[in-house]
Amino acid sequence: MKKIAADFDELDSVSRRKFLQYAMSGAATILMVQMSGAAATQGRGKGWKQMSTKHQYAYVIDINKCIGWGGCVRACGQENDVPEGVFRTWVERYVLTEDGVYVDSPKGGSEGFEPVSAEIQKKAKRSFFVPKMCNHCENPPCVQVCPVGATYKSPEGFVLVDHDYCLGCAYCVQACPYGARFINTEKHVSDKCTWCYHRVKKGKQPACVEACPTGARIFGDLMDPESDVSLIFNDSQWMVLKPDMYTSPMCFYVELPREVV
Amino acid sequence: MDLPHGALVNYIFPNNEIVWWSILIVIYPYITGLIAGAFVVSGFSHIFKIKEFKPIANFALIAAFSFGLFAAVPLLFHLGQPQRAFEIYFTPHLTSAMSIFGYIYSSYLILLMLEIWLIYRPYFIQQANSTTGLQRSIWYILTLGVTTYHQDSAKIDQKLILFLAGIGIPWAFVLHGYVGFVFGSVKAIAWWASPLQPVVFLLSAIVSGMAMLMVMYTFVKWRSNAPYDYPMIKKFIAFLWGIFILAFVLEILEVLFARYESGHHWEIIEPLLNGPLFGSYVITQVLVLSVIPVILLGYVTLSNSKDKNMLYLANLGSFMLVLQVLFMRFNVVVGGQLISKSERGFVDYHWEIFGGEGVLVSATILAAPFVTFYLISRFIPIFENSVQR
Repeated sequence: MKKIAADFDELDSVSRRKFLQYAMSGAATILMVQMSGAAATQGRGKGWKQMSTKHQYAYVIDINKCIGWGGCVRACGQENDVPEGVFRTWVERYVLTEDGVYVDSPKGGSEGFEPVSAEIQKKAKRSFFVPKMCNHCENPPCVQVCPVGATYKSPEGFVLVDHDYCLGCAYCVQACPYGARFINTEKHVSDKCTWCYHRVKKGKQPACVEACPTGARIFGDLMDPESDVSLIFNDSQWMVLKPDMYTSPMCFYVELPREVV
Repeated sequence: MDLPHGALVNYIFPNNEIVWWSILIVIYPYITGLIAGAFVVSGFSHIFKIKEFKPIANFALIAAFSFGLFAAVPLLFHLGQPQRAFEIYFTPHLTSAMSIFGYIYSSYLILLMLEIWLIYRPYFIQQANSTTGLQRSIWYILTLGVTTYHQDSAKIDQKLILFLAGIGIPWAFVLHGYVGFVFGSVKAIAWWASPLQPVVFLLSAIVSGMAMLMVMYTFVKWRSNAPYDYPMIKKFIAFLWGIFILAFVLEILEVLFARYESGHHWEIIEPLLNGPLFGSYVITQVLVLSVIPVILLGYVTLSNSKDKNMLYLANLGSFMLVLQVLFMRFNVVVGGQLISKSERGFVDYHWEIFGGEGVLVSATILAAPFVTFYLISRFIPIFENSVQR
């Protein structure tokens, strides 16, 4: 598995004094950008907007490769101390039948899937698994609605939550079209997938990617033309979830059937 | 039950199983709406000079203030980290519709306090000059040290009151229209996402505030064996009827528009209205608590009766509207979360009774403004004719 050459020094080395200088001198500009923000961040020309950073991370999910094993969900739970009953990532099973769509995700798919009923099996035309998680959108509605700015987007593309700052109002939970956010019942703050920022920063892969035995989950840097995500991004047919929400997700799905919501 | 998007089984996203905004967030816009509605009544008298409303202008203002004191309490109880609530004042994130709530709400409360203080200043002075001991000290504090009142003071006060009432009306509209914006701007929830939401919230706020005032007025008069002001009641109900018709038409228009458009919105909303919200929205909110009050209040407005029967009908209609708006808030806030973002299933809402976000806590918070109103009314005269300038 490819090691990610993480280098977030740029971000870390901004001194407090410099930050304040930027903040003061740029206040008016920020206000103006915020006023016209929604339109400006929806640029979808090539699927993602290049930021002026060394890295621009993306996540690719290959539907054809997911076997619904659930190891990714378990690995995520252990890595991130996810409380029971809520999920930073989960796996859905879709069974397309002549009568309609059957979808389930028992315990977020963490323990795999029992076979569907004989009735559904009889009618089944096609079935597949769809891993879900935070889409780390370019135009994240969760970041827009946070009343205190406790959730934010890092220059490298991670949408993160500052647990020491979050009020736990759950407005971001409501605003996320993907059901990716929840209130952490132990910490009483908003919580969600971070793409394992703490691991990526150390040059590792997210826990779910590492746990996936089939390579259905791929994470990498779009700024590196040789990375797996770049190659897939340039060569394959990909799709995002709920494109009509205009959130510009940075999770891309390969071979995503149109029935998936 | 019909499920959207050709779903064979009720499938909800794993993180959607909990309704994160429950009863506390239902009563938050409800109490906020009561403030706006009650304030508008005082504005009818102060600004629009509707003489029938003059005797209840102060009563409406005190009621608005009592509600105002508790409008943010449900939010505070709801927060996972309430000790950080003040961050909303210190570091508001201006792209968020919620971020300036603190400023709008606080400034409105200050405006209300100022207006009430100016109106009751002569009374505070009179009390400070005619009492002794501890009582005098309290009244003296309320006078802010000025114990004389001249004709000139009255003139200046009147101008200030008029000014505050003048900016108070648009500010009350901003406060409540803004609450509607908090919901209407969430594109992820089809039942909320509508540019009409702020207007619907605002009009229903005025309805709830006015209807609640009518019920409170009748109760206070009944308890104190005081005569009812029938011409005022008649005029009041005519206004309430008209504003409610407007509110109801917009509420229905929103749904009809989605129905006629038959787009993505309707694909989600239709099963919601035919399923989990059928009882509380279609039957209760629309058919019972909207249609009947329109008829009742219409009868009161158009008939010539000015007697006890008219009072009963006016109060029955008003009480139903108080409930209508409470149901509307529930159907919006909780109803919107009952459809999972999977768009293929409905969430079960479980009523919590004793928990931190339960019915008991919510009912207590909802009762607090009435207790406050009662306490205030023990110390200051709440009807206009009892304050002499």
